Formats: sequence, structure tokens, C-alpha cells
Amino acid sequence: MIHRCSVRLFRALFPVMVINMTENPQDQPKDEELAKRLERLKSNLEGPDSIAAEAEQDERTRADRARSKAGIAQAFRLSSEFIAGVVVGGGIGYAIDTFFETSPWGLIIFLLLGFAAAVLNVLRAAGMVAQSEMSLKTVQEHQKRTDKQDQNE
Amino acid sequence: MANDPISQFNISKLLQLDVGGYDISFTNSSLFMVATVAASAAFLIFTTSGRGLIPTRLQSISEMLYEFVAGLLRDSAGSEGMKFFPIVFSLFTFILVANLLGMFPYFFTVTSHIIVTAALAFGVIGMVIVYGFYKNGLGFLKLFVPSGVPGVLIPVVVLIEVISFLSRPISLSVRLFANVLAGHITLKVFAGFVVSLSGLGLGGVIGAILPLAFAVALTGLEFLVAFLQAYVFAILTCMYINDAIHPSH
Repeated sequence: MIHRCSVRLFRALFPVMVINMTENPQDQPKDEELAKRLERLKSNLEGPDSIAAEAEQDERTRADRARSKAGIAQAFRLSSEFIAGVVVGGGIGYAIDTFFETSPWGLIIFLLLGFAAAVLNVLRAAGMVAQSEMSLKTVQEHQKRTDKQDQNE
Repeated sequence: MANDPISQFNISKLLQLDVGGYDISFTNSSLFMVATVAASAAFLIFTTSGRGLIPTRLQSISEMLYEFVAGLLRDSAGSEGMKFFPIVFSLFTFILVANLLGMFPYFFTVTSHIIVTAALAFGVIGMVIVYGFYKNGLGFLKLFVPSGVPGVLIPVVVLIEVISFLSRPISLSVRLFANVLAGHITLKVFAGFVVSLSGLGLGGVIGAILPLAFAVALTGLEFLVAFLQAYVFAILTCMYINDAIHPSH
């Protein structure tokens, strides 16, 4: 609360201060250190890094960090989903070839199918393939039901 | 301690056992599985035995663990999926604790062997299949037939969906095993650089600073991976359970 108030106070004060500083050129401080400090203050006040913005940015970086962690998890998923699809497709094709002696057709066809399955896996893992309406509906209903339960609790 | 990076994954028999021609010896891998289960069970039991309304620090760790997995499961499988909570929670804590125990020097990492992770993954998929058929009957097969596909394409699409389904346990197990294995090998290789470089005199010692820094950074990364892999395994288990409950996708 106090923090909020001080932010508002700063915002209320700072246009005045900026005008004061910029409009009186003869007010140039002689002391170099003072000039530097004033410069820093000015940039602090004018720039996007006012206190509120800083807090906002803080929150954003925290959210970013959480998202990047989820991003790494996603990356691990995507790569292995793709490889697994191709490997399983090729494996099935190879097994069919050895059992039915249809070499190399089983391997060719199932490797291609496995490739398709792998792409499907990756798209599904990335959320790019929309689930069909039916399951969407059940999920939504589900969500509603659980929401209601949460409210009841 | 041997210097090559692979020997840390050697299985050694601690107790020779032979039942009906099958070798069921108690190995160092078994020892660390027991240690994992014992450590996680002991931690959870001791920290929650106080049952404080205001949790102590350790109790709140246990509670956070519970809340985390429960939230994960409820988000992806709904409250219907909560009956699978025990298995998801056990899997998550087992993998997490096994990975973290593996971070101790000279310890064996259980999850660095594909047979362990594959057993876990096939267990999960088996459970999903059995429960899916039990709950939905043959309706579970709808999982392989997306709605709104033209009739001509159905055979191809079904084949693709079946392959996609079969690839799940593979990707689940390979991901966990490969990440842990690769991480431990990299760590060992960089640590080996430090040792062999510092044997070369002053210039070598200075040169060893870089791989040492890398080894430290990689250790941090490995802790992240240890958690992330347990998280990914748990969340995918939740999603597959969701498929078993609502197979119409």
C-alpha cells in the first residue's frame, strides 16, 4: 500500500521536476558529481524504468522464467515425440517384413506412416492440432463441473 | 573409480540370487531403487507426522509436493482423474528422488537405465489401456478414429493414430533415460578434463578453470533436468490418463 502511494507520488511529482530541470539551462550544477546524479535521476524519472514499470517488469521476468522452464520441458517433449514416432513406425515395418517376408515394402510404407505419426505427435504436443469438437466439449463440460465443485467447496 | 565416463552405469551384483534359472540378484541398481523408495517414504512420513495446522518448513515441502501433483492431475484429467493420484504421485516422487539421489558423487542413478524407465512407461500405458477398455468398453477404440475424417482416409488415419499411440511409451522412456544418461556422461567428461589438465603443471591448472566452470554449471543444469524430467513424466501420465477417461479425440 505504502509502495503504491509512493509510486503515485513520484508520478505526480516527476513532470514538474522534469520541466524544472530542462527549462532552466543556467541552473547547470557546477559540481560534476551532482550533474551525474541529476542525469541519473532524470533518466530514472523519464525512462520506462519508473518504479511501477520496474515492478511490472519484475513480475514479467518471473513469469518469463516460469514459462521458459515449461519451454524446456516442451522442447524435451517435442524432440523425443518425433523420434519415437519414426522409430516405432520403422520397427513395425521391419517386424512385418520379417514375419511376412514382404521386404522392403513393409518398411517403406510403415516408415512413411511413422513419419506422419511423428509429425502428428509433435503437432499435438505443441498444441497446433486442435482437438476435435467432441472432446473439446467434454473438456469444457468437465471444466464447468469442476468449477462448480470448487465453488461448492 | 574408473576414469571412463561409462563405468558409472555398471551394474554390479551385491547379492547373488538364482530362482528357477532366472537371475534375480540384488544389484546396486536394486539397492538404489530401495533407497529411493525408502528416502521418499521416510521423508513424507516423518515430515507429515506432526500434522500441524500451521506447517513446519519440512511439512510444507511435503504439502507443496502433494498440491503440485494434485494440481497437475486435476488440470489435465479433471477431478475424475483424481483416483489415479496415488500412481501419479508415486511416479513423480520416485523419478524425482531417483534423479536427485543420482546427483550425489559415487551414487548410482537408477533412471539412467532404459529398462527401468521403460518398465515405468509401459506400466503407465498398460494401465491406461486396461482402464480405458474397462471404463469405455470398445468405445475406447474411438481414440484411434478422429471424428470428421472422410471415409476413404480412415484406414490411413487409424494406422497413423495407432503408431502415434504406440510411440508414447517409447518417447516417455527414452526421454527420461537419454537425458539422465547424457547429463551424467557430460558431467563426467568435463570433470575428467579438469583432472587430466591439472596433471600437466601450472599451465594445465590454469587451463582447467574453464572445464571446472562448465562442470559447476552443468551440475546446476542437471538439477534442473532432474526436476523437469520427473515433471514431464508426470504431466504426460496425466494426459494419457485423460485419454483413458475421455477417449473421443
